[in-house]
Amino acid sequence: MDLSYTPEEEEFRARLREWLAKVLPTLPDRPAPEDWPGRRAYDLGWQRMLHDAGYADVHWDASPTTRLIFLEETEEAGAPYVGANFVGLLHAGPTIAAEGTAEQRARWLPPILRGEEVWCQGFSEPGAGSDLAALRTRARREGDDYVVSGSKIWTSHAEVADWCELLVRTDPDAPRRRGISWLAMPMDAEGITVRPLRTLAGSAEFAEVFLDEVRVPVANRVGAEHDGWRVTMVTLSFERGTAFVGEVLACRRVLGQLACAARENGRWDDPVLRRRLGRLEAEFRALWRLTQWNVSAAEVSGGGVPGVGGSLFKLRYSHARQDLYDAAADVLGPDRLDLDRPWVLDRLSSLSYTIAAGTSQIQRTIVAERMLGLPRGR
Amino acid sequence: MRFQLTDDQHALRAGVRQLLERRFGHEALRAAVDAPGRLDRGLWRALGEAGFFALRLPEARGGVGLGLPEAVLVFEEAGRALLPGPLVATHLAAGSVPGAATGETVVAAVDGELVEWLDGADAVLGDTSGAVPLRSLDPLTPLHRVPVAGVTDPVGSLLTAAEQLGTAGRVCELAAQHARTREQFGRPVGAFQAVQHLCADLLVRAEIARVAVYAAAVTADPADIAAARLLADEAAVRGARDCLQVHGGMGFTWEADVHLHLKRAWVRAQRGDGDTQSEELLAARLAG
Repeated sequence: MDLSYTPEEEEFRARLREWLAKVLPTLPDRPAPEDWPGRRAYDLGWQRMLHDAGYADVHWDASPTTRLIFLEETEEAGAPYVGANFVGLLHAGPTIAAEGTAEQRARWLPPILRGEEVWCQGFSEPGAGSDLAALRTRARREGDDYVVSGSKIWTSHAEVADWCELLVRTDPDAPRRRGISWLAMPMDAEGITVRPLRTLAGSAEFAEVFLDEVRVPVANRVGAEHDGWRVTMVTLSFERGTAFVGEVLACRRVLGQLACAARENGRWDDPVLRRRLGRLEAEFRALWRLTQWNVSAAEVSGGGVPGVGGSLFKLRYSHARQDLYDAAADVLGPDRLDLDRPWVLDRLSSLSYTIAAGTSQIQRTIVAERMLGLPRGR
Repeated sequence: MRFQLTDDQHALRAGVRQLLERRFGHEALRAAVDAPGRLDRGLWRALGEAGFFALRLPEARGGVGLGLPEAVLVFEEAGRALLPGPLVATHLAAGSVPGAATGETVVAAVDGELVEWLDGADAVLGDTSGAVPLRSLDPLTPLHRVPVAGVTDPVGSLLTAAEQLGTAGRVCELAAQHARTREQFGRPVGAFQAVQHLCADLLVRAEIARVAVYAAAVTADPADIAAARLLADEAAVRGARDCLQVHGGMGFTWEADVHLHLKRAWVRAQRGDGDTQSEELLAARLAG
């Protein structure tokens, strides 16, 4: 068991730290959450800067430890998060890299890395959320195209995306999981209507997407026809396995800020609150150790697709995040109801964490059935 | 960074598990329950020979020369096996109390306001004047209460956390095993979501405690140890309770081992500084 880094890794860290110190002061402020085009431009701009400096592919090609250092340093320095590039960099990109043909990799991966194209995720449907296999959006084959009809929901970045990683039912007669295919759908295709949805936090960060006879080339299918479920499991394991890692560090920083704020407003003198913050510190320390453990496991196994261990992490982390912002509310006192105060919006946003990317209940079932070997049930 | 067990550490863990299965299997555990307060001196010497107590002593002083990570793995196995005796106190006394390192001398110590195995020990560290025996809730841990609280060694706290981790892992296995085999309503109870989710939470708590304990063994940082202790206590105590729940009516019987795990987890959680001090230490780190 070793928590130290190699000289090469420390050298990477030093170089990155130096670069961040140089470029971050030159960045403009990130546009407001409701300004989606502005956000898109900003997030793509940041990805472009990373690309030009040689850090673009850190999420894919770098060793797991190097990636961990990248997340540590960018978070520490207050660098922008992946933002609108989230789906492309963390879901679609790794999936295409793992399952796509050489042509597909050449077509879609470089623009993601260069900060030229934004992806969104067309998985969930009104009748298929955590029960993803219930999806009904149909794709029938017509010559070299699939003709797609149906609707998707909770699609983040849909308004500003160039591509959608889309799950469609290509064989309606096959058992639920056997008739699904994974398509890359251009968002400017005819027949696509995007209708923004307002979240409980007041922002319009996701949307409904309606698909009316949308033509998607068969060549845009990643993986075999009807084999989309397996491809999707690859995508989801990336989503659960690695997508939240950088956020643990952000939470630790927030926790430190809460302690400072509590000292300033006198709530630090309340031993119950103080101890609660202490316990949260234990929690986030351990979540960071779990991250390091999983990264090391990936390093030993030669990287690749994260395992079901991601479910365990996601489950614990999503609840810890909610506990953190509940504690923030107690630090704020009556100001907890003021949307202009820091952490109040974050508290509202944190409510999505136990739902998105598979609810906590689904994650528990995964842990029980796949890690503990309990019989399948419903 | 290779925050994983090395091959040697895997081998050490497997070796200790085998030793304990051979020397302190289920029958020995039950025999010990039937004869409370008696320490198996033969077993204690065998532990000494295996290097259990001298593990961290330098080779130049007759020890094994290993570190805290290895000690944590060994104590995790001891926790799994419900091994009785003042293991932590004797381990910490190796090198300072003659015979402790080899298992010839059983050493107890005042830890917080309690002393475990006061009557069964050959040497006791700390002020035991005014010690009063308790009718111990754990049939495998005789207890005395003392008026003057003893000081807690952070390493002792970490080794206690390691024992709790052993319990957390074991009760998770026991719960899953029972859920896979026990049938109700015509199918294994593990197919019911309510039972599945109890078991999943057992594993999640055990695994988060595991990384916290292992990391604290690598860094030996007091805040890491405090975090490890909080999470391991929680994983063991709540884990044992949930395991008991999964066992249903059987879990409430003396015959099932579940209560032994829960009672020991409660005893260990009482050792040393406890939750309040750990949480305060971590809070101080936050604001510091």
